Amino acid sequence: MIATAWAILRKDIQIELRTKESVPAMALFSVTVFVLFHFGLQRNALAGDLAAGVLWVTLILATVLAVNRLFVTEREQGGIDGLLLAPIDRTAVFLAKAAALFLYLVLLELIAVPAFGLLLLEPDLIKPLPTLILLLLLADVGLASVGALVSAMAVETRARDLIVPLLLLPLLVPVAIAGAEATEPLFSGNQAAHGLGKWVGLLGLYDMVFLLVSIAVFDFLLED
Amino acid sequence: MTDASAAPVVEVEGLERRYGERAALTGVSFKLGEGQTLGLFGPNGAGKSTLLRVLATLLRPHEGTVRVLDATLPDEAWKARGRVGYVGHEPLLYRELSGRENLVFHARLHRVPEPRVDELIEAVGMQRRAHDPVRELSRGMVQRLSAARALLHDPPLLLLDEPYSGLDPAARELLDPLIGKPSGRTRVLVSHDIESGAAESDIALGLRAGKQVAFGNPDPAELRGLFQ
Repeated sequence: MIATAWAILRKDIQIELRTKESVPAMALFSVTVFVLFHFGLQRNALAGDLAAGVLWVTLILATVLAVNRLFVTEREQGGIDGLLLAPIDRTAVFLAKAAALFLYLVLLELIAVPAFGLLLLEPDLIKPLPTLILLLLLADVGLASVGALVSAMAVETRARDLIVPLLLLPLLVPVAIAGAEATEPLFSGNQAAHGLGKWVGLLGLYDMVFLLVSIAVFDFLLED
Repeated sequence: MTDASAAPVVEVEGLERRYGERAALTGVSFKLGEGQTLGLFGPNGAGKSTLLRVLATLLRPHEGTVRVLDATLPDEAWKARGRVGYVGHEPLLYRELSGRENLVFHARLHRVPEPRVDELIEAVGMQRRAHDPVRELSRGMVQRLSAARALLHDPPLLLLDEPYSGLDPAARELLDPLIGKPSGRTRVLVSHDIESGAAESDIALGLRAGKQVAFGNPDPAELRGLFQ
């Protein structure tokens, strides 16, 4: 199964490197949103809960763009039939798609977080960075699991662009809450982040639940 | 070529398939022995492609019995997957990848060693353009690669939906030993060309509006009546 997932992931990365459809769009979207907040809030710099909220909501909205595109190559180029005709464990398709989304999110954050630090964040980004990286990676696992699941559900629908945000965003509310709550002390200059363990635990639990649920139901989603 | 005592490769009895409320196939029944070719004939929307997709395990039958390569569908679809070669309307190739990259990808899914890819690229005469992105290839070239993809795992059953469309006579000659009657494989063939389709078939099945209206020896005169 791992070899099959790797083959699908490698193919997705090859296509993304050639089309540049997902990661550049997500990065450009995030930077644009930061600029909009900069002018919309009429503030040069943000800190505390406002900064945490802006960062997490922007990253979650950028995720929607990638989720919309995740299965599109399969649908538009008939690849899904190719996958369904092959004697493979369909969980491998989920693992590959979730891994691709995870990778896109990490690449997005490599651009968006420094941009956020430069454009909007008042406190220094360097000090809280290790903890922020841990939080982002934990959140990315959950975003990737739920994103791959929702993308597979929506791909065969005609109103995919509408269905994805409607299904995805409510499911991502716990990530937004845990991420923003855990990040708020970091952006307030409070390094002894109070209650960080609780929110890290919540993110970990969210990841585990949605990873298991996605693996359990993914086979049925691909059935006719 | 056909062993009458052997179990049929494809056995369909009372097949029904619906899209929502609309019946796409009703009361379709036939048997296909090893090495035989079943020609599927009928006007557009008759249900030919739907029947092929049911046999390929891509669509579930809603009523009736369907057995493909000793697997009862849909419950044992996993047994048939990987033993069926399917050439449909879509080539099932990624446009951004080259022909060779596409075939290597499908070879990995089917656990076929890579040398088989180069063997098939040569067999379909695509050596010179094998490294070009599929989006830059002509319809006929894509069709040749699609046939190569369907043959990668050397399937005992071929399901072919207009496999020669877009091919020039030379390309058709090239593919004939691979997917044509000389291949000796069991085939289900959809063709709108009645003369050549009938010549390729051992048995003909006529469909109209999802219903089986003809079954037996392929007689071009009778088959033409399906389109009137």
